[in-house]
Amino acid sequence: MSTNLDSIPVFLLTGFLGSGKTTLLARLLKNSAFHDSAVLINEFGEVGLDHHLLGRIDDTMVLLSSGCLCCTIRGELAFAIRELYSKRERGLIPRFRRLIVETSGLADPLPAIATIAADKVLKHHFRIGAVIATIDAVNGRKTLLQQPESLKQAAIADRLVLTKTDLCDQRTVMDVIDAVRIINPDSPLYDACDDRLDLADVLVEQSTPIQLPSGISCAEVPPGMLHGRSTSSFSLLIDRPVDWTLFGLWLTMLLNRHGENILRVKGLLNVEGTDRPVALHGVQQLVYPPTHLSMWPDDDRRSRLIFILRGVASTSISRSLHAFGLLDDGNPPGNARQRMASGQDILFS
Amino acid sequence: MCALCGVLGGAEHWTDAHDRPGAFTRNTGPIERRRERARRVILANRILRHFGLSLGDWQGSTFILSTPTGKTELVDNLAHLWGAAERLVGRPIDPLDQDFLDRLDMRLDLHP
Repeated sequence: MSTNLDSIPVFLLTGFLGSGKTTLLARLLKNSAFHDSAVLINEFGEVGLDHHLLGRIDDTMVLLSSGCLCCTIRGELAFAIRELYSKRERGLIPRFRRLIVETSGLADPLPAIATIAADKVLKHHFRIGAVIATIDAVNGRKTLLQQPESLKQAAIADRLVLTKTDLCDQRTVMDVIDAVRIINPDSPLYDACDDRLDLADVLVEQSTPIQLPSGISCAEVPPGMLHGRSTSSFSLLIDRPVDWTLFGLWLTMLLNRHGENILRVKGLLNVEGTDRPVALHGVQQLVYPPTHLSMWPDDDRRSRLIFILRGVASTSISRSLHAFGLLDDGNPPGNARQRMASGQDILFS
Repeated sequence: MCALCGVLGGAEHWTDAHDRPGAFTRNTGPIERRRERARRVILANRILRHFGLSLGDWQGSTFILSTPTGKTELVDNLAHLWGAAERLVGRPIDPLDQDFLDRLDMRLDLHP
């Protein structure tokens, strides 16, 4: 996501309570390929337990147990990471090459991302590698419906790991996958119980090109998920090269007013004046420095944008892009409006 | 460092990303940077005039946002522009607002 290649990638491991974060972390740490990882664990509660479950306690493991990462201890997070880095540079601990932060199950991952991306010291030494979310196959669908924290964790994840698939039938697993795909249509999804799972695929930095269905599209809506305040994913293609200056004005304007409800924006843009694609990633008001990729993933040179929205209609986004001159006449707002009329935008309450 | 407040550097905004390997930015040199700022001012003004506001560049280092009556705010980058604009006009500036988009449609003049 970020582009300071000399810095240390931070992988944020998130997921709702009991979704298998610590189990996944334990598997990662047992893998010799990840032995050079520092770990920071945040637990909600006064007595931390997760670090005991990992079977490894050393100086590269830090426990933050004084509250939930997103609401009370952002300063402590920055301090803990600075301390780790300081010890690393002084040779007091091994020179870890990545940092894994396991958040509490109740945490909104965004403040941790913002802390790492914006802290005056951390931003020069660390970069966000990827957000990895675990989703419990047994309870995942219900949790996504009832717990807004879970929904947001899944929505902004760069990698999704489905856990406990061995404890339920295939139908339940498919239902969870369907529910997850509505709010996060393109991030790679892995089955933690699949013997073929290569953990190196999970703990890898975000660089996957965005794959979109053709045309302006909205996710399908499973029956029974039509409620008032909705979370939905929305993708679109832009035929002509994007005016970067104008796009910057539009997106900053949108995020200023609606950032709380733009859970995620991802884009692979054909920017006017450059032959190579520009990758854009944003989480609510926070947009990472855009990345200039070396080549297009395929012959399609159209810009691709994905929005994960909460209570914002996709038609209003495409209408606005059109009015700003960023969507051409080949993608009139009426197309999106017509699709909206079929109710494809309203997903979760 | 800011000479007035002593703050080291400023927060990097994605539209003004530092020029470094792998990053996409128009901030690649003095001429490119000034050209991008000039174009940003032109395009921003075509949006801001719908709210009675105007934007100007001050020595390539900051922007000056003004009302017709002379109220002004200094803004460093686009992260601060729209919040400052809302404070000056005293109402939301919403790119999804239908009335605003209708006016923008009628002018069809965002592209110079």
